[in-house]
Amino acid sequence: MNSIRARLTLGAALGAGALVCGIGLMATSGWLISRANQQPPVLYLMVAITAVRTFGLGRGVLRYTERLASHDAALRLLTRTRVAVFDRLADLAPGRLGASRTLGLVVTGVDGVADRWLRGRIPMFSAVVAALAALTLQTWLLPEAGLVLLASLALGGVAAPLVAASAVRRATVREARGRDRMSEVATRTLHGLPELVAYGAVPDRLAELEKADAELDRATGRSAWSLGVADGMTLLSCGAAVFGALALAVPAARAGDLDPLYVAVLALTPLAAFEAVTALSSSAQQMLRSRADDALLARVLDAEPPVTDPDAPTPLPHGVALRVRDLRVRWPDADRDALDGLDLDLPPGRKVAVFGASGAGKSTLAAALLRFTGYTGSITLDGVELADLAGDDVRRVIGLCAQDAHVFDTTVAENVRLARPGSSDAEVAAVLRRAGLDLPLDRRVGEHGAAVSGGERQRIALARALLADFPVLILDEPDAHLDEDTADRVLADLLAAAGDRTVLLITHRPGVPGADPVLRHVDEVITLTAPEPADSVGAAA
Amino acid sequence: MRPFDPRLARYARATIPYLVVCVVLGGAAAVLVIAQSWLLAHAIATLSVPAALLAVFAGRAVLAWLQEVAAHRASAGVKAQLRAAVLRAVTREGSAPGSSGALAALVTRGVDALDPYFARYLPQLVLAVVVPVTVLAALFALDPATAVIVAVTLPLIPLFGVLIGTYTAARTRRQWRALSLLAGHFADVVAGLTTLKVFGRARAQLAKIEEVSGEHRKATMASLRIAFLSALALELAATLSVAIVAVSVGLRLLHGGMPFETALFVLILAPEAYLPLRQVGTHFHAAQEGLAAAEEIFAVLPEEQKKAAPSPFPAQDGPPRVAIAGLVARPGLPPLDLVLEPGTSTALMAPSGTGKSSLAAVMLGLLTPHAGRVDLDGRALGEGTDWDGLRRTVAWMPQKPYLFPGTVAENIALAVPGAPDDAVRAAARATGAYPDRVLGENGHGLSAGQRQRVALARVHLRCALLPVTLVLLDEPTAHLDAATELDLAGGIERLAEGRTTLLITHRRGLADHADLTVVWSAAQEKTGALL
Repeated sequence: MNSIRARLTLGAALGAGALVCGIGLMATSGWLISRANQQPPVLYLMVAITAVRTFGLGRGVLRYTERLASHDAALRLLTRTRVAVFDRLADLAPGRLGASRTLGLVVTGVDGVADRWLRGRIPMFSAVVAALAALTLQTWLLPEAGLVLLASLALGGVAAPLVAASAVRRATVREARGRDRMSEVATRTLHGLPELVAYGAVPDRLAELEKADAELDRATGRSAWSLGVADGMTLLSCGAAVFGALALAVPAARAGDLDPLYVAVLALTPLAAFEAVTALSSSAQQMLRSRADDALLARVLDAEPPVTDPDAPTPLPHGVALRVRDLRVRWPDADRDALDGLDLDLPPGRKVAVFGASGAGKSTLAAALLRFTGYTGSITLDGVELADLAGDDVRRVIGLCAQDAHVFDTTVAENVRLARPGSSDAEVAAVLRRAGLDLPLDRRVGEHGAAVSGGERQRIALARALLADFPVLILDEPDAHLDEDTADRVLADLLAAAGDRTVLLITHRPGVPGADPVLRHVDEVITLTAPEPADSVGAAA
Repeated sequence: MRPFDPRLARYARATIPYLVVCVVLGGAAAVLVIAQSWLLAHAIATLSVPAALLAVFAGRAVLAWLQEVAAHRASAGVKAQLRAAVLRAVTREGSAPGSSGALAALVTRGVDALDPYFARYLPQLVLAVVVPVTVLAALFALDPATAVIVAVTLPLIPLFGVLIGTYTAARTRRQWRALSLLAGHFADVVAGLTTLKVFGRARAQLAKIEEVSGEHRKATMASLRIAFLSALALELAATLSVAIVAVSVGLRLLHGGMPFETALFVLILAPEAYLPLRQVGTHFHAAQEGLAAAEEIFAVLPEEQKKAAPSPFPAQDGPPRVAIAGLVARPGLPPLDLVLEPGTSTALMAPSGTGKSSLAAVMLGLLTPHAGRVDLDGRALGEGTDWDGLRRTVAWMPQKPYLFPGTVAENIALAVPGAPDDAVRAAARATGAYPDRVLGENGHGLSAGQRQRVALARVHLRCALLPVTLVLLDEPTAHLDAATELDLAGGIERLAEGRTTLLITHRRGLADHADLTVVWSAAQEKTGALL
């Protein structure tokens, strides 16, 4: 912790040093050439020449070391933040996070931690130190010039960045709305392309896209306008500082109150000071963005975990018989129960299929059994109430093969081995065979499994569940993303591969007992209905 | 890497006026920088306070504002034009190459990478050419000796830049690949958190995150070290060059060989010649990402090709006769021969993987077949077909109907742009769809049966409002139980009356409602009527 803070401070100090060198270079060069004009012996100039050389080299070298030090420190900070955030997320998943959109925002927010320092705090600190150095120099040479520089820095270095930042903040909401709208139109058009073409509905969509684009354009145009004004303000105040310094220094020099050698120093130093200050505008914007990221991260991370383990968990019983009585679950912020009063018996080895349209509470049932959500009523495992057990213990007995099971961007074997680290290649290959998957172990699956098909992804998830060897296995719509033929095959294989385990198969298939080939493999079918307008298809069974 | 891709100008006309604006603004900026240097030198040398200096700064402020606004205009214009070009290109083809999700991401967020390219890199590139040339000209006029030094040392900056770039290119590329893998790790484990938790592996990932993140830091630093070092080299080269100028000016000044005003002017102006060249390098990443995004867009856009204007689709005097001969929709599929007699309905039964769905795509001009032909009333479909005219006479229900967020009624109305509400509701009634039900993304909230009803209602709507003579139904009762299938079959029979109808299905129950059933097996090429 302290070592990272020390590194960040070092980076800021080096950055300030580089900017101060720039000011020193400008000031000493101005003095040197004015002095040379008086044609003294060269020896009189040696100190100034050495100073110019030192400042020139120092500026480059310090800038280089600053960038290395601060990037290294920021990346270290990023690592620490990631670990801390993940540790917290592990308690919150999946109930409180759910939407992949939220998770994506968390990842972006965490990555923003590095930017907050690299583009926000460090340049801001360096600029302030450099501005102070320039102010000291001007005030020392001619106090009034110091005041002029202070006023113009306040305008160009503080007011202008604030204008820019607040304009950007105001535009952000409108811009985000425009961007969402445009992205929605483009995405819908692309997804529905064949039908849109066949129905002659494409020109309408292109016109709509043009309109959305124009709207977005207006929103971003406003922030560009204000950013331009801020840039202009900074340049104008730089001009005011230079002109003001000249207007004060020239009469003073003519009156003999100021050595004419210093006129060049006074006129040129503000140029260097403003060079340091130009970074402030983007730093201010970065700080605003970071504040929004922080707020989001805080909201996610400060949430109550959906389930907390009991203080003294009961040890895991040996049996695996599950008994559900009057199970009720209400998700946070919902106005009605997702499940209201379900009874279910799952003695060891029984295979039960649960049907129901979306919203009927099928996945809620799975979440309750896995201790991903709280419940009222009773779920007992071999007579012990689930709420009295530690969540991780429950999940050692009850496993899940989900429709949206994640495959990690690594090899097939690593994805499967995750279930039981240390298993041999032969064991992994064996479960892959049982899951009906014929892929090389070292084949990479790509980001989100993009390099394998939907069926292969599902089978990898199944092989993983088989390797974990859960006595009770919940199969949550394992056929959701598959075409009908493949789905039939996968489901049949799944049930066969489960052997003598208890299986709870959750599916939205219409389920016509006897007609559906899969149903031959289950002992019982139950149907969940959601309180919605009767839908003769969803609840046919 | 090329600094500018000419295809940008070809596909996005907004690029060209922007380049002109950049050159004009860059030229004006160069003139103002020279004026500012001269006024400063004059003021210091003669101990005067020129008010023109304020005007110069005001001018530069206006230029900065104009540059920002112009950059935004150009960037927004180019992005809109590229987006429209992509969408027009893919709608001409009728299908998106690759995954539509990836393409959607490219035309929305992907093109945003062009923002810094237009706002920062392009103007800087223009400045890097305009400013040194203008400054050199000014120096020549006042002090040819300095001008020569600058002219000789100036090319060192781009030369160093290119040398360092070439030397490190392979290494940078290698690191880039490793970096993107490591960078994705955290997002990957966060996305898979629930899965990790199911297997009790969530906390075990903490050490792994620390390890991978640490490796990422080391790899990033290795590539940054190169980037920063080359920036340092360029800065030192520029500093050294200015120092040479300073020594020459200083010596002449010391010996009275040069007026103070000129010496000051030269020393204030000389660094300005090197600055824009160095700054091009700092926007290198902006340029690379912007061009990479543009490159991906160009990969989607087809080469411009001139097509002969199709002869307008002839008016029909009744349902058409469709003759399909040796049709292979996609390579590797078995060929199909089939005749749809005018005004009759034909059920085509085939196992999956035989390309049934591609058949409808070929008949709608959404897919160019690999081999074989389709004749409509004796005229071959293909290059010269007026597809828009033909599509107005077809009602098609695809196997996976496209549903978007909104009400069911809005989804049905999609089939006929501008359809009146009562016609939409009548179509919904005909198939038992609930017109006021609200759908989520991808039709979320609808059961499989309701989806089919919505899709079938679209066909009803087209038949009611357009002169439809050909009906193509692709697995209209997939995922449905027998009772619902029977319920919908009646409506399908009504649709088929007086129209040429192709019913693609693998359900015997539905096929029985057609006038004729054809079984197409992958093994045998011959088709036979089994009625």
